[in-house]
Amino acid sequence: MSQKVLLSSKEINIILHRLACQLLENHVDFKDTVLIGIQPRGIFVAQRLTKILLEEYKVKHIDLGFLDITFYRDDFRRGEKTLEATKTKINFLVEDKKVVLIDDVLYTGRSINAALTALQSFGRPKEVELLTLIDRRFSRHLPIQPNYRGRQVDAINNEKVKVMWEENEGEDIIYLINR
Amino acid sequence: MSELSVNHLLGIKYLNESDIQLIFETADHFKEVINRSIKKVPSLRDITIANIFFENSTRTKLSFELAEKRLSADVLNFSASQSSVKKGETLIDTVNNILSMKVDMVVMRHPNPGAGIFLSKHVNASIINAGDGAHEHPTQALLDSFSIRERLGDVTGKNVVIVGDILHSRVALSNIFALKLQGANVKVCGPKTLIPKYIDSLGVGVEMNLRKALEWCDVANMLRIQNERLDISYFPTTREYTQQFGVNKKLLDSLDKEIVIMHPGPINRGVEITSDVADSKQSIILNQVENGVAIRMAVIYLLASKIKK
Repeated sequence: MSQKVLLSSKEINIILHRLACQLLENHVDFKDTVLIGIQPRGIFVAQRLTKILLEEYKVKHIDLGFLDITFYRDDFRRGEKTLEATKTKINFLVEDKKVVLIDDVLYTGRSINAALTALQSFGRPKEVELLTLIDRRFSRHLPIQPNYRGRQVDAINNEKVKVMWEENEGEDIIYLINR
Repeated sequence: MSELSVNHLLGIKYLNESDIQLIFETADHFKEVINRSIKKVPSLRDITIANIFFENSTRTKLSFELAEKRLSADVLNFSASQSSVKKGETLIDTVNNILSMKVDMVVMRHPNPGAGIFLSKHVNASIINAGDGAHEHPTQALLDSFSIRERLGDVTGKNVVIVGDILHSRVALSNIFALKLQGANVKVCGPKTLIPKYIDSLGVGVEMNLRKALEWCDVANMLRIQNERLDISYFPTTREYTQQFGVNKKLLDSLDKEIVIMHPGPINRGVEITSDVADSKQSIILNQVENGVAIRMAVIYLLASKIKK
């Protein structure tokens, strides 16, 4: 197994600021927009973006939720391990809201497909956008593309993108791991 | 640990502590799901479950059926009173006929202890015991412990007294196994005639005086007097039972603490507990019913995940 650094802490920070600016351009005061981080790893991206928007770009209020998609996945009973759920925390209605789904890595698109199904349990959004920190091109199983992408990566199938966060793993760094 | 150690839920006796924790954590997530406006998830859309009830039950059957439907499983309901069992068909034949219709899981209630264990050895499906005679009722015990954990934060170290007909109660036996496994202290209380002789071997204390039992406990689990199982007189009259082992508001108020009141239902109001106790803030009887659906969803989900494609 070998690994190389795809993005350093500094590069991740620059990308997050750029993504925050792109969100700001399209959603201005976030009055009709909600951000939803997909559990488990998308919540770190969502939290960082929210922090930047609130503290550095002085947005007054942002509704931020966390969505668990375990019970909506299409690979139930297919893998070796039981799918373990994590916490869903959405304390607002998504009815008629613009929803930005946020995840760390977009790979096959199946997680996003499950997230779109799960989202229906919380109402009918006006529109849904997708933001991913890493977009693994040419590996999609479904016709799903991000509206906002941090970095596009051409990784082959036996390679894995591993995103690490300071609050979880002690440092911000993204590796491309060859298994 | 992300997988149950068993392929069937035949009794609490066959589970370990990690299994119970996994079921509780999964039930926490399902509890969040069933409190949404859309209470359904698509996880089990390719699973078919047969509810086979050889004994009458309303709330357990409804709770299982709701849990199955909220997981998007296909559900078959089979009631022995309108079936070929009346014509002399054996249990294995009945279940195998149902399984031939490509059923993946069987939820079974049966009047004979061990019926689920017997069935699990002879048919190729995942079996959930929904009550077998006076043996076990595992999902009831799980939802009882889950409700205690929800109200008191933890089960470990808590003092729980089970009051009533211990001898005929599958709820009592499963509860004793579940509570002991989680490190709770358990006592039973009831007429001496309704306390089984083997109770000491389960590591459970016996208290004949209800007041003393209530003074000791954090939780009182009041069992129903099962008139249908009392073929001989175990106590003189219901009135006398109520006087000695019934809980009323006056008794609770005279204690210098607030204990949690539970009852697996259906309640004989005025016998095991009075209405003002059943409907009081101390009572978590309706929480038990709500938690029953989440616990059963968790058990079904975790067992179904072991049926590989």
